[in-house]
Amino acid sequence: MTTFEAILLTIVTASTPLLIAALGELVTERSGVLNLGVEGMMAMGAACSFAAAVTFDSTLLGVGAGILAGTAMATIFALVVLGFAANQVGSGLALTILGLGLSGLIGAPFVGARRNPVEAISIPGLSDLPVIGRLFFEQDLFVYSSILLTIAVAFYLGRTRAGLVVRSIGENHTSAHGLGLPVLRTRFLAILFGGACAGLAGAYLALVYTRFWSPGMTAGRGWIALALVVFAAWRPGWILVGAYIFGAATVLQLHAQAAQFGVPSQLLSAVPYLATILALLLLSLRHGRAIGAPGSLGTPFVPDR
Amino acid sequence: MGRLMRFELTPRASIAPGMRALAPILAFVTSFLIAGIVIWLLGRSPIAAFDVYVIQPLSDPWSIQELLVKATPLALIAIGLSYCFRANLWNIGAEGQYVVGAVLASWLALRTHGTDAGAWVLPAMIVLGILGGMAWGLIPAFLKTRFGVNEILTSLMLVYVAQLLLDYLVRGPWRDPKGFNFPQSVTFDPSATLPTIAEASRVHYGAVFALVAVIVTALVVGRTLFGYRLKLTGDAPRAARFAGFSAKSTTLAVFAISGGLAGLAGISEVAGQIGQLQPSISPGYGFTAITVAFLGRLNPFGILVAALVVALTFIGGESAQILLKLPLDLTQAFQGILLLCVLSADALVSYRIRIVGRGGGK
Repeated sequence: MTTFEAILLTIVTASTPLLIAALGELVTERSGVLNLGVEGMMAMGAACSFAAAVTFDSTLLGVGAGILAGTAMATIFALVVLGFAANQVGSGLALTILGLGLSGLIGAPFVGARRNPVEAISIPGLSDLPVIGRLFFEQDLFVYSSILLTIAVAFYLGRTRAGLVVRSIGENHTSAHGLGLPVLRTRFLAILFGGACAGLAGAYLALVYTRFWSPGMTAGRGWIALALVVFAAWRPGWILVGAYIFGAATVLQLHAQAAQFGVPSQLLSAVPYLATILALLLLSLRHGRAIGAPGSLGTPFVPDR
Repeated sequence: MGRLMRFELTPRASIAPGMRALAPILAFVTSFLIAGIVIWLLGRSPIAAFDVYVIQPLSDPWSIQELLVKATPLALIAIGLSYCFRANLWNIGAEGQYVVGAVLASWLALRTHGTDAGAWVLPAMIVLGILGGMAWGLIPAFLKTRFGVNEILTSLMLVYVAQLLLDYLVRGPWRDPKGFNFPQSVTFDPSATLPTIAEASRVHYGAVFALVAVIVTALVVGRTLFGYRLKLTGDAPRAARFAGFSAKSTTLAVFAISGGLAGLAGISEVAGQIGQLQPSISPGYGFTAITVAFLGRLNPFGILVAALVVALTFIGGESAQILLKLPLDLTQAFQGILLLCVLSADALVSYRIRIVGRGGGK
């Protein structure tokens, strides 16, 4: 394998958690709920999946635990913003604070433990193709799943009746309620889906990307996933593109640090965050405002009766 | 949720004033109960934890001083954030503004180090601290007003950038050459150190700044057109536009104020408490202050009380780590639970809540 191929492979690894988490948040936001707790749900997913994977020596159980942890966190959020119609921005932030703290508690006994790499699955025939073979057809199950998930979310939101219900509730919850659509129940499920995805993304970070647990290991990826949803103008296909651009920026920045160009490493570490700001700025420059945002995004719904 | 069980919210005709005060207290008690359960699940005694977290700090004069020291940055930052939150603008990057304020002011302290520059250094540092925080806060505000970029994400991203900047400076150009390679700056000269309010006290003048900020804010919010403008912008943005209040200048103003106060908190902490720059100069004050602002119901005096209460969780957390071997992360988790409870309790103020069982409701 050449260095170039190796770099391309790590880009896929760096992009996948961003893609999974952003897809989940996309569905949540399309239903009209802004959940800023992605970072916290992801951290919980990472801590719980790693704890379970080490305890039971099973990657599968680890993944399950990660998804469960993300979903559990999302349930708390749903209770607060749907049950009590609480402010979504504040509640999401609180969820992040809670998730970072709790994940530290859960992960503490597992600092220093390591997991073996997750096996790649090569697709016979195709994986022997030059350059693209290993890149596209010899990845782990998460990568394939993330691509399938993108297609599934795009199909669900764009081509199914249930997806249309989600979108109309996100666009105008009062009208949707008037039409008899179940606003709160749909939003509850959309929030849970977002949590499950964030938990899975966290599991990927801990079990594949780093293969160890350290506090704060999510390092702002949850926030970058949130920015990706804006960047993609709430469209699944563009989330895939955006996630891979950000993944590439992260990996190239790491390689630049290793190459020691004489640029301070902290400046290079700041690249993903500065790139996020720049991406949001460029998007606004092109369109004037954030386009594609669901009309009811972030507003609590209290049915009038 | 769903068909099984749900809460039914009915808007209240008028807001009961008692509820307004009761809601944060109820939230606080609830979050203590939840935290107790978490501690019990961790296999420790919740009662022992309560003793270490709350009773012991309050019964020891040293801890009470420490309480004031920790409440100072929380109150300063939260007061600033209350301007933003009143106008329904989301500055969640106060942690970064705090760091940049501290960094810019420390530049002067390090520049004048060992030069016996005189009494102007400290006031100039305070001004630089405010300006630094203000400048960092104005970046997301400018991006929002000029280009329509979401302020939540940009202000948060700038926290990471600010922390990396500080890290670079203390490991690189600003490292103390005689510091055995530790990543920290020289210790500030006395002329660059914020004095304590009394001999042999740990409480520095930052506490006075916080009190002044509380009183000034109470006057601004309650007695000036600017205060009315914030409330109107937050509660009824359309009405604010018709009244001729420019949303852009409101945005820039509140970010400048909250950034400036966060910067002031940063330099007060570095010049009054730490005495030098190091890679970490905050245990997350900038984020905790968001909880403080909401726990205080965005009211200046409420925030003062909330800052003292939340400061207790920092001190309690430190002693719980030593005495009960409970990790410091528990404090952060508790602060998250507290904020969730505070925001949920707001529903009690605006709505009547009924729990609807299976098959109930429509």
